This record gives sequence, structure tokens and C-alpha cells, in this order.
Amino acid sequence: MQTLSLLALALPFLGAAAILLLGRLPNPRDIMMIAVSIGTAACVIALLFLYEDGKTHAWTLFALLPNLDVAWHLEPLGLLFAALASALWVITGLYAIGYMRANNEKKQPRFFACFSIAIGSAIGVAFAANLLTLFIFYEILTLSTYPLVSHRETKEAKRGGRYYLAYLLGTSFLFLLPAIIWTWRRAGTLDFVEGGILPGSMGGMEAALLLALYVYGIGKAALMPLHRWLPEAMVAPTPVSALLHAVAVVKAGVFAVLKVGIYIFGAAFLSEKGASEWLIWLACFSILAASLIALTKTNLKARLAYSTVSQLAYVILAMALATPAAMVAGALHMASHALAKVSLFMCAGAIHTASHKDEIPDMAGLGRAMPLTFSAFTLGALSIIGLPPFIGMWSKWRLGEAALSSGQSWGAWAALATLLLSSLLNLLYLLTIPARAFLSGAEKRVAMREAPFLCLLPPCLTALACFAMVFLIEPLGDFLAPLAREPR
Amino acid sequence: MSETLALHAPALVILLPLLTAPLCFLFSRAANGVWATALLVSLLSFLCAAFLLEKTFDGRVLSYHFGGFPPPLGIEYRIDMMSALMLLIVAGASLLGLLFARRSVARELPAARQSAFYVCYLLCASGLLGVAATNDAFNMFVFLEISSLAAYALIALGGDRDRRALSAAYNYLIMGTIGATFFVIGVFFLYAATGTLNMTDLADRLHALPVGSRSLYAAEAFIIVGLALKIALFPLHVWLPNAYAFAPSAATVFLSAAAAKVAIYALVRFLFSVFGLDFAIGGETLNAVILPTAMIGMIIGSFSAIFARHAKRIFAYSSIAQLGYMMLGIGLESREGLEASFVYLFNHALAKSAIFMALGCIAYQQASMKLSDLHGIARDMPWTMAAFTIAALSLIGAPLTGGFIGKWLLMDAALAQGFWLIALVIAAVSLMAVLYVWRVIEAAYLKAPTGRRRGAPRAEAPRREAPFSMLLPLWIAALLSVYFGVDTRLPVGAAEIIADSLEAAGQ
Repeated sequence: MQTLSLLALALPFLGAAAILLLGRLPNPRDIMMIAVSIGTAACVIALLFLYEDGKTHAWTLFALLPNLDVAWHLEPLGLLFAALASALWVITGLYAIGYMRANNEKKQPRFFACFSIAIGSAIGVAFAANLLTLFIFYEILTLSTYPLVSHRETKEAKRGGRYYLAYLLGTSFLFLLPAIIWTWRRAGTLDFVEGGILPGSMGGMEAALLLALYVYGIGKAALMPLHRWLPEAMVAPTPVSALLHAVAVVKAGVFAVLKVGIYIFGAAFLSEKGASEWLIWLACFSILAASLIALTKTNLKARLAYSTVSQLAYVILAMALATPAAMVAGALHMASHALAKVSLFMCAGAIHTASHKDEIPDMAGLGRAMPLTFSAFTLGALSIIGLPPFIGMWSKWRLGEAALSSGQSWGAWAALATLLLSSLLNLLYLLTIPARAFLSGAEKRVAMREAPFLCLLPPCLTALACFAMVFLIEPLGDFLAPLAREPR
Repeated sequence: MSETLALHAPALVILLPLLTAPLCFLFSRAANGVWATALLVSLLSFLCAAFLLEKTFDGRVLSYHFGGFPPPLGIEYRIDMMSALMLLIVAGASLLGLLFARRSVARELPAARQSAFYVCYLLCASGLLGVAATNDAFNMFVFLEISSLAAYALIALGGDRDRRALSAAYNYLIMGTIGATFFVIGVFFLYAATGTLNMTDLADRLHALPVGSRSLYAAEAFIIVGLALKIALFPLHVWLPNAYAFAPSAATVFLSAAAAKVAIYALVRFLFSVFGLDFAIGGETLNAVILPTAMIGMIIGSFSAIFARHAKRIFAYSSIAQLGYMMLGIGLESREGLEASFVYLFNHALAKSAIFMALGCIAYQQASMKLSDLHGIARDMPWTMAAFTIAALSLIGAPLTGGFIGKWLLMDAALAQGFWLIALVIAAVSLMAVLYVWRVIEAAYLKAPTGRRRGAPRAEAPRREAPFSMLLPLWIAALLSVYFGVDTRLPVGAAEIIADSLEAAGQ
């Protein structure tokens, strides 16, 4: 298993080198990338099956400082995130090839190499056995995705890239690194341990302050008011928005928040000290405010971006509720939102490729020309809204359940009210898009076709997966159950 | 053989360059010959330093009595871990700088002055090595002056390319001389109070004196101010930016990596080994002086770097900020703080010399170092800028580089004593480093080349990659700054021993 997990970590990085070497030969290069992504996904999924609860799966790479190692381990949450990132990499990889070729994007070797490095570092974040390792991969993820954001090298792309770096590096240097060192001072270790490492070493106020440093230090989680980088990053080519800004990068953020909540603070410690109560209100605010902003956006990708900001706050809300059940619900939401949002983004890219339309009002009537794309979009949207029978419903359901049983008095009702209200808002800002595309604009004759095959198939696959995953919800819940276990 | 070498290595490491320099001046006018000799001598000196480091890594102290006269009467060279680490840094920087220098000096200086450059360079190196090795306070002053005088000349040699080098050297001369005078006055006070110059002996006799002796206060104050001038500690830093910016590239590489750091070494030596913190001016006063000045220096240096328009000057200002980090660790007066400072010092020497080498490669290809003339240079000089980026990451403190380790330890040391504000300043100043580094990266990678600048001579050759002999030392330094961010045994292990011994001496 050690070899297998190391392979899953190393393959994307090796793939990046291979992509650069094969730079001038588009076909072997792209086949190479797909092969590497399939290999990585196979490794991770094999690990998923080989994983046995109760056994420790932890290995050290090297010691950076005395008692401070760069090390990796396997646990359910990390495996889930790694599986999401690597499996969706295969699908988005295919999509990216189609998209980049159809749109004649420049500098494709650099693009695909950075893409691979980003996935590799997302897997590194997933497998990190301590905060230091997580921090290292987190930073590599930031740096490797910067060239992707400003890929087009236009003025807006550079501006977006500057926002991206400023927010992500700024928060991680100003808040995250001091928080980690503070933890190191207090606990004497940075390892992720069941039940947390901080209980017993600090009081409630201090814990709340430290938690604030973490939540805002992990800028990738895009909690308001530090969310601006995400909409700005939408200047990137759509495959980047799809995989990185719906799955790998932002999910690395909320994943890290969950991980800090579960394995550094410990759910019991947080709820006992009430250190995360303030965060419930902030997360609720972030959910609603981002949804309202999304309503006002007419650019499709901008609307999806704000929707992402809102959905990420759900996961943070789950962490803030600070019960084991809520943490599991947060993890599930991470997965369900990833599947749905990646479909929506890929549809947006397919629309752009076929029609070069980015504004929602321009899309009236497009549904008849591109039925498959808009059907996939509808499925993804339904899942995000949380209608049965899609997977999005289950994660929201569990979150609501967890809120009610969390023992928070006002916080629980606020969380529940937010869930309902934001689902309504989702309905408004997401479903209006396919509705307009299918129903209105009948007078216009639209002379266009679906996007190329490689741009069309992947979103359909992920949209169907949103539905198919429902059958996996039970085993998935069992797999994540150790998160909800009381520490021994 | 090994024992004989161990016996004489403390002297050899300094005497080799010190004696070779005048010989070169007398007997050779051919720049290449002088360069080759200097390189050979530097290599030998580096090997000696590495040997000494290996010998002292178990905490052993080597003592060498000059001319066989035993201390305290005779001059003693005393190599402990701290001296050995400084010898390694200085000799290593000198070696890298010389490797880099041949093509760079050939391009930047007129033929007649090239051999003079190498002679001054060797003298400067031997002076700095001497400061690190000697255990005699007056001898330290002499070596400090040898290195400083040579450094003034090195900077002034940049005058053929840019006349501003002359005024920069003159400024440095005045400030440096005042510093040296202050330092030597302090040493005289000590001598008057104790009747000895050997530093181990001084420490013993000082502790026999009554606490609160005025002459000791005066001595300490003079020595601190004198060395602060040499370090370029805020607010005594004004000579540094121009001196680094207009010196020949190879001189900047060496001076930025070694000169100020040796002055920091001298300060630590006096504060902790000679005075001891519980004695003379108490630790609290020192805290109140060094910590704020270090922090203000960090902030002001970084601000100036953010707004500077000349690439070399950006990183000269950055040096002021980075020196502030090192002083911060010293000002914390704790074991963790000292350890952090020395790790920081080591890694900064590597990163900064790599950065100045990269800028030297650019200076080799084009005359102007203005940021606006560096647009798109990464396209013409990809290898140079790649190495620059790696070194700049270390300067910022990105994880898996040496700079990260230094910042980590420093922040940890500040938090260990509950200094919130300091930890915050460290974090904020790292961000400012991102900003000024970003300006260069953006100019080099993202801005389109402006083509021929208006008013620039049309005949200027197109920019090309720097020659291999310059890229080699650049890449060595850049890769080492990553290597020591992953395998931290050497810098952290050495710094731990240093901090332990200083703590023991300070009690």
C-alpha cells in the first residue's frame, strides 16, 4: 500500500515532466496525460478498496526539522478527496483536450503540465499526515494553478492571476502559517490524530481565535469576505474552472478546513468549548450572500463561481456545527457538490465552444440546438438544488439532520433556515438558465450544433454520475463512519 | 596528516588568501592568471573551512596559538561551531563569487583594473575569514578593517560602468570608518577596564568586575553602534543600497552573501560570548533597542524595495529587511531565537547570492538594470530567470526552500515567548517580499519585451542567455537553497550547537 500511495502521489508529477518532454507532439502528449490520469485514478481507487479501518496507514518521507516530518497517511476523508480529484481528472482531462483543441488555445504543454502538477498536489493535500505536509502541498497547488488562471495572458487574465496569488498567498502567509506554528507551540505536534491534538492545551477564546486564523488562512475555502479571488479566477479556460475551481483547489480548501476541525481541534473539543459557534453565523451569511450575488450575475461562469462560494460555505457550516455527524455530512457535501459543479462548468465550456456565448440572456433558445448539453446542465443543477433523487439531496438532508441534533440552540435553526432558503435561491439562479434555453426564444432560428464529442461526453457522464451515486450513498456513509467515531 | 592539518587549518584558512593577495599584486598583471590563483586559493580555503566544520560538529573547540605564544598574551584563533559556520559561509560565497566573476568582471571592468579586482576580492575575503576565526578583540578590528577597506575599493571599481559607484563607495567609506572607530573605541574601553584583549579572557575578567561599571556600559554601547553600522542595521543602513547597487556584479554577490553576516557574527560574539547577557547592559535594554530597530528595518527595507525601480536596488533594500530578520532572532535573546537567526543567515546567504548572480547575468547582457528594461527577459534568458525564481522563492520563504525553515524557526521562537506582534510582522514582511519579488517576476515573464528602448543604441546585440561559467555557480547556489530546505541537518544542526554554546556562555 505504501508503494501504491506513493505512486498515486508521484504519477501526476512524473506525468507533468513527460508532458513537457512530449510538448511538441500533441497526440502522444495528450494520450500520455490520459494514461497518467487513468493510472493515478486506478491507484487511488485500489487504495480505497484496500483501506481497512482500524489499521494505521502512515509513512514518513523525510524529516524537515526534528520531530517534524513530511509524511503521508490514509484515512477516509483524504481517500474520498483523492478519489474525487483523480477520477474527475480522467473525465476533465478528456474534456480539456477537446476544449483546448476546439478553441485553439496556446501553450498547451505548459497548460497540461501545470494541470497535472495541480492534481498531484491536490492528492498530496489529501494524503498529508500532518499540517506541515498539507501546507507544503497547499502552496504548490497555489503556485501551479497560477499559470492556469492567467493562461490566456490577456489583461484580464493577468489581473485575475494577480488577485488569485494575492488572496491565496496572502492568507496563507498571514494567517495559516502563524496558525500552524501556534498549534505547534501549543500541542508539540502537527499530526492529524483522531479526536484532535489541541484538546486540553487551550481555552475556548484562544481556540476560537485559532480557528478563525485557520478558516481565513485557508483562503481556498473562499469563505466571505475573502472570496473575491474565485470569481476573478474564472478568466481561466473552462476546464480549469471545472476541475480546479470546482473540485481540486476549492475542495482542497474545504477539505483542509474539515481536516483541521476533525483531526486538529476535534469535534468534541470544539462543541464543548463553543469555539465554533460564531462560524455558524458567518457560514450562513456566506451561503445566502453568495447566492444573492449569484442571482445578479448574467455571465454564466461568474454565476457558477458565486454558487461555488455559497456551496463551499455549506461544508464550513458542517464543520462549525462541530458534531461528528455534521463532519460526515460536510464530507458528503464536498463530494456531491464536486460532481454536480464539475458538470455545470463543463456544460458552460461546451456552450462557449459551440456558440461562443457566455452571457445568460444570449442563451435563449440554445436548448433546442444543444439538447444534450442543456439536459446535463439541468441534471447537475437539480443535484445542487438538492431535489431527490440526486446525490445533492442526501448531503443536504444529512446536514440538516446533523444541525438539528447538534445541540446548538439558535445556530441549528439558523442553519436549517439557511438550508431551505438557499435551496430556493439555487432554484432561482440555476434552473432559470436551462428553462430559458429550452423554452424561450422560439422565434429565433439558431443555426448551430452541439459541441465536439470530447466536450460533450464528459459533462453527460458526470451529470449521470450525480444520479448514479445515489446507490453508493450507503456504502459511502459507512466508509466515512470512522470520522463520526468518538476518539478512543 | 589529518592531525597536522587540524592543527594548522585555523590559520591556513585565512593566511592562504591573505598572503596570496599581495603576491598576485606584485607578480602578475594578467587578469586570468590572477583569477585562476584566486580561485585555487579560495577552493583551498573552502576545503579548510569544511574540514574545520566537520571537526567542530561534535561541539569541539579548536585553538590555534599564533607563533606559539599562548593566550592571553599571544593572538589566539579559536574555532568553535559558530566560527566554523561563518568560515564556511564566507569561503563558500567567495568560491561561488569567483567562479561567477571571470566573465562578469571581464565584461564590466576595463582590462587594466581586472587584476586589482581579484586582489581586493581576496583581501576582503581574508579579512572576513579573519574576523570569524580570531579570538582577539583588536585582531578582530584589524581584520574588519582589512575587509572593509577592500570592500570600499571593490565598490569603487564599479565606477567605470556607472559613476555613481564612486559616491556610493565614498559614502560607505565614511560610514564604515565611523563604525570601525566606534568599534575600536569600545575595544579600548574594554582593554582599559580589564587589561586583556583575548575574548575568552575578557569574558572571565569582566565577570569579576562589579556589576554596573560605567566604562563597560560605554564599551558595549560603542561596540554595538560600531557593528550596527557595519551590519547596516536600521537606522544606520543608508550606505548599503547604493553600495550594493553600483558595485561590480561579482562584488555584490560576495558582499551581500558574506560581509554583513560576518558583522552580525561579531556582534553576537561580543554580546553573548564576551559580555554575557546578564552582565553589562542588561538583556531588557538590549531587547528594547534591537527588536524595534530590527522590525522597523524590516518594514522600511521592504517598503523601499517595493517602490524601487532598479532591480539591483530592490534586492539591496531587501537585504536590509532580511538583516532585520536575523537581528530579530538575536534580539529575542533565547536559544530558539539564536538558532533561528543562524539558520536564517545561512539560507539567506545562499538565496541572496543566487539572486545577485542572476542579476549579474542580466547585467552581462545589457547595461540597464531598470525594471522597465527587464520586460520579457525570461524569454531571452530562461535559465537565468528560472534560477532567479527558485532563489526568490527561498527569499520569500516558500515551503521546501531554505528560507521557509528560517522563517518557521523565527516565528516559532517569537511565539515561544508570546511575542504576537513580532510573529505578525514576520508574516507581513514575508508578504511584502512576495510583492517586490513579484514585480521582477512579472516584468521578466509577463510583460512583453519593449524592443529597442528609445534612445538606446541600435547596434546593441540581441539579449542572449548568459555564458555557462556564470550559470553554473548561479544554479549551484539556487539548487543548494532548495537542498537545504529539504535536508536541514547541516544548517539546523550547526545552529543548534551554536545556540546551545551561546546560551551556556551567556549564563
